[in-house]
Amino acid sequence: MLNDVTFGQYYPAKSFVHSMDPRAKIVFVIAYIVAVFLAGNFFGLAAVTLFLVIIVAASRVPFGRVLRSVKMILFLIIFTAILNLFFYSSDVDHLIWQWGIIAISWEAIINMVFLAMRLFLLVMGTSVLTLTTTPVALTDGIESLLKPLKYIKFPVHELALIMSIALRFIPTLTDETNRIISAQKARGADFETGGLIRRAKAMIPVLVPLLVSAFRRAEDLGDAMDARCYSGAKGRTKYKKLTFTWRDLVGLLLFAALIAGVVLLNMYFGGKFAVFDWIAGNFFVG
Amino acid sequence: MRIVAKGLTYTYNPKSPFASQALKGVDLTIEEGEFFGIIGHTGSGKSTFVQHLNALIKCTGGYLKVGYYDLADKKCDFLELRSKVGMVFQYPEYQLFAETVAKDVEFGLKNFRKDMDEKQRAQAVREALETVGLDYARIKDESPFELSGGQKRRVAIAGVIVTKPEVLILDEPAAGLDPLGKKELMELLHSIHGGWCKTIVIVSHDMDEIAENCTHAAVFSEGKVVLTGTPPEIFAQSETLFSLGLDVPTTARCALLLRERGIEIDTDFTCDDFAEKVLAQWRAAGMPGKTGAGQVAERTTSGTESDINREQAGGDGDAE
Repeated sequence: MLNDVTFGQYYPAKSFVHSMDPRAKIVFVIAYIVAVFLAGNFFGLAAVTLFLVIIVAASRVPFGRVLRSVKMILFLIIFTAILNLFFYSSDVDHLIWQWGIIAISWEAIINMVFLAMRLFLLVMGTSVLTLTTTPVALTDGIESLLKPLKYIKFPVHELALIMSIALRFIPTLTDETNRIISAQKARGADFETGGLIRRAKAMIPVLVPLLVSAFRRAEDLGDAMDARCYSGAKGRTKYKKLTFTWRDLVGLLLFAALIAGVVLLNMYFGGKFAVFDWIAGNFFVG
Repeated sequence: MRIVAKGLTYTYNPKSPFASQALKGVDLTIEEGEFFGIIGHTGSGKSTFVQHLNALIKCTGGYLKVGYYDLADKKCDFLELRSKVGMVFQYPEYQLFAETVAKDVEFGLKNFRKDMDEKQRAQAVREALETVGLDYARIKDESPFELSGGQKRRVAIAGVIVTKPEVLILDEPAAGLDPLGKKELMELLHSIHGGWCKTIVIVSHDMDEIAENCTHAAVFSEGKVVLTGTPPEIFAQSETLFSLGLDVPTTARCALLLRERGIEIDTDFTCDDFAEKVLAQWRAAGMPGKTGAGQVAERTTSGTESDINREQAGGDGDAE
C-alpha cells in the first residue's frame, strides 16, 4: 500500500553529483529554483531543461527514477493546468472559445504549458538533490548553512537533529504501518471500499497502534541517547567534516552560467507570449 | 482445509532495482488436522509464504489452494477466506487499538460476522478471552494498553481466534515470552487444535518448540522448501540442517553426541521420549549407576532430565 513513496529516497551511486558538498548542492538547488522562476519564455525553460538533463546524466541516476518523483505531484500539475486553461483571463488577444467566465484562448494554452513545465522542472530538479544526497548529509548541510542563525539564539543543532531523526524513522514507520495494515486486514478490516468518512474511520485501527509504537520508539531512543551521555550541541564535534572541493567550484560556475543564460534569453526573446510575434515573423511574412 | 502450494513464486518490488525474489517455487502440502511447523532463516521466505495463505500477499505466480479457495483466482472471496484462516503476526500486541479489551477482541467479529447481534458477539468475546486464559469479567473493560506484555499478547490472540478460524497461522508466537509464557502458549494452542481449529501452522526459530509440538514440519531456505516430513524425519537429517545454518533440538544434539560414543538412540526428539529411550538403553546395558536399577526407574522426569543435561555438558567439554 505504501510502497511507492520514492520522494526523498537516496539512490546510491558514485558520481560527480553524489560527491559534491551537500551545502553546495543545497545552494545550487536554490539557484536552480531561482533560474526556473526567472525564465520568462520557452527558450529560458529549454535552457533549464537542457541543464537538468546534463545534471541528471552526471548524477548517474536513471532518468526513469527521477521521473518517478514527479508521479507524486502529477495530480497537482494537471489540476493547476486545467484551472489555468479555463480561467486564464488577463490580456487575452487570441480567444478560441468562451462560455460565461470560462474561456479558452491561445494565451491560456501557452500559460498552461508554461506553468506545467515550470512545476515539472522544479520537482525534477529538487528530487535530484534528495536522490544524490543521503538524508544525513542533507541535514548536516542544512545545519551548517543555518549556523549564522545561532547568533540570534536559534536552536540550529536541535533542529537538525529533529530533522535527521524524523528522516531516519520514515522507513521504520512505513514498515510498521504495512505490518499493522496486514494484521488488521487479517482481522477483516477493509480499507478499500466505502465513502470518505468510512475510510477515514477504517484507518483508526492502524493509526492508534502506529502512534503508540511511535511514542514507544521515541522513549527508547531518548533512553539510548541519555545512556550515551548526549547533552545537546555544546562541545560536539563532527565525524564527517564537510569540505568544499573543485567539484563544487565547477558547480558554482555552471549555475552562475545558467542564471546568466536565462537572464540573457529573457532579454533577447522577451516574455512567454513573444512566441506569437516570433511565429508571425517567421511563418506569416507579409 | 487442505493447503496445497505448487510452484509458488513471489517477487517484492518487481521491475525495479530493488526487486528481490522471496519465493522461488514453493511446493508444499499441509493436510487438515496437522500441527505444522515452518522452520527457516530470516529471509528464507517463510513469512512471505504464510502471508499468502490468507491473501495478505496476493498470489502472483504458481498455484495455491486453501480448502476450495483458489488464491490465484482474482475473483476469490478474500474476506470469507480470511475469516477461515486466522493470522497472528509476530508481536501481535502491537496491533491493539481499541479503548477496551472487549472492543478490541470484537473487531474481527464485527468485520466477519455481520449476522451476529450484540449478545452473540459478547458471548463469543467471552469465550475467546476465556480460551486464552483471561478473566472476562475482570479484563473486558480495561484499556489494552495498560495490561502487562503477556496479557496483551493473549488479548491479541483472542482477537484472532474470536472468529474461530479453521486454520490458525502464528508467526513466531512465542518470541519474547519467558519459558513459562511459552509453555502456556503452546498448551493453549494444543487445547484449541482438533476442535474448531483444525489446522495450526507455526513459524518458528526454536527447534525445541517444533520438536515438542508439531506433527509435521517444513524447512524453508532461499525461497524454497528443502525438507518436509515429521519432526523425527527432519531432525534425523542434522547435516542438512547444519549446512543451511540451522540448529537441531537439544535432544537431537544429545543424540548426536551419544552416537559419537557409539550409542544409538532411536527417538522422536521430544524430551519425554528421549529421556525414556536413554533410560531404556542405560538399563539394557546393565549400568545401574551408584543408586541401583530399581531406584533409577522410580525417579521423576525432572531427575532424568537433569541427568541428561549433565551428560550433555560433559559431552560438550569432550568434543572441544
